[in-house]
Amino acid sequence: MLDVDFFRRWLTAAAAAVEREAGRLTDLDSAIGDADHGSNLQRGFRAVIAALEAEPPETPGATLILAGRQLISTVGGASGPLYGTLLRRTGKALGDSAEVTAPRLAEALGAGVAAVAQLGGAKAGDKTMIDALEPAVAALGTSFAAAATAADEGAVATVPLLARKGRASYLGERSIGHQDPGATSSALLIAALAATAGE
Amino acid sequence: MSTGQPVGVVLVSHSRAVAKAVAELAIGLAGGGTTAPVAAAGGTPDGGLGTSSELIAAAAAEVDRGAGVALLVDLGSAVLTVKSMLAEGDELPEGARLVDAPFVEGAVAAVVTASAGADLDAVEAAASEAYDYRKV
Repeated sequence: MLDVDFFRRWLTAAAAAVEREAGRLTDLDSAIGDADHGSNLQRGFRAVIAALEAEPPETPGATLILAGRQLISTVGGASGPLYGTLLRRTGKALGDSAEVTAPRLAEALGAGVAAVAQLGGAKAGDKTMIDALEPAVAALGTSFAAAATAADEGAVATVPLLARKGRASYLGERSIGHQDPGATSSALLIAALAATAGE
Repeated sequence: MSTGQPVGVVLVSHSRAVAKAVAELAIGLAGGGTTAPVAAAGGTPDGGLGTSSELIAAAAAEVDRGAGVALLVDLGSAVLTVKSMLAEGDELPEGARLVDAPFVEGAVAAVVTASAGADLDAVEAAASEAYDYRKV
């Protein structure tokens, strides 16, 4: 069973990964975006950690909802509402339970990913975070480790794709050959989940 | 919704200067007597480029007279931020609506229409119609 402490450790691990990889995310974003993905997420996850410490939520769902709200209000770029929606919808789907099972989390995360796809109007193959998140959710039924591998493979698979969403889509053919920064940060989030689960 | 009060207009841009200038342009072109309340929510709170849900919420509260608020936005994260705030349900005044319109032309149409006392549906329709005006 996954309790509130598990979710706090997951977000803390995700924040640490964002700190560690901020430079790489911004480098990826400078190739096809506006070169702020790393610094934007860094600002957002620092706010998440501060909010979790200031007002520790009592349930897994409340933890993700608080984190999502912080991301929407502090990130400043499109990744704010997208990641904010992912965490908030996942948290809402978990409801008030004090503990959740892994299958329940997989189902809730599936609802979160669907909400992100709807908000951004993106589908698999558009070279966005969906390309990492959808395969991750599909693999969660197997294990957290399988989800992390699937997310990473999904992110790498964005390299040859033509961007159809966001600023990268303005570049047309020039977006080909670069890994999508949003898919890359999504893979970090899922890797942090697997690490927190000890896988 | 007929409250006798004007619809409010919020202009959300990635740039503080753009939001403010478009608000000035729309108010200037609405001209004449009293204009509907307009607020600019541009850039991040520290003045950088980006979108801030806090500035958007504050701007919407500022122009809300109970007759609804039309939010016009520029690009990417401005669209997504307003949509996610509307989905949350309690971050924007009742009757707040994301209006699908070109930013500058839509802002002028929205402010002129709102200043004439039109309701939110009419303000939205006027702003959206700005898409139909081809320039060449």
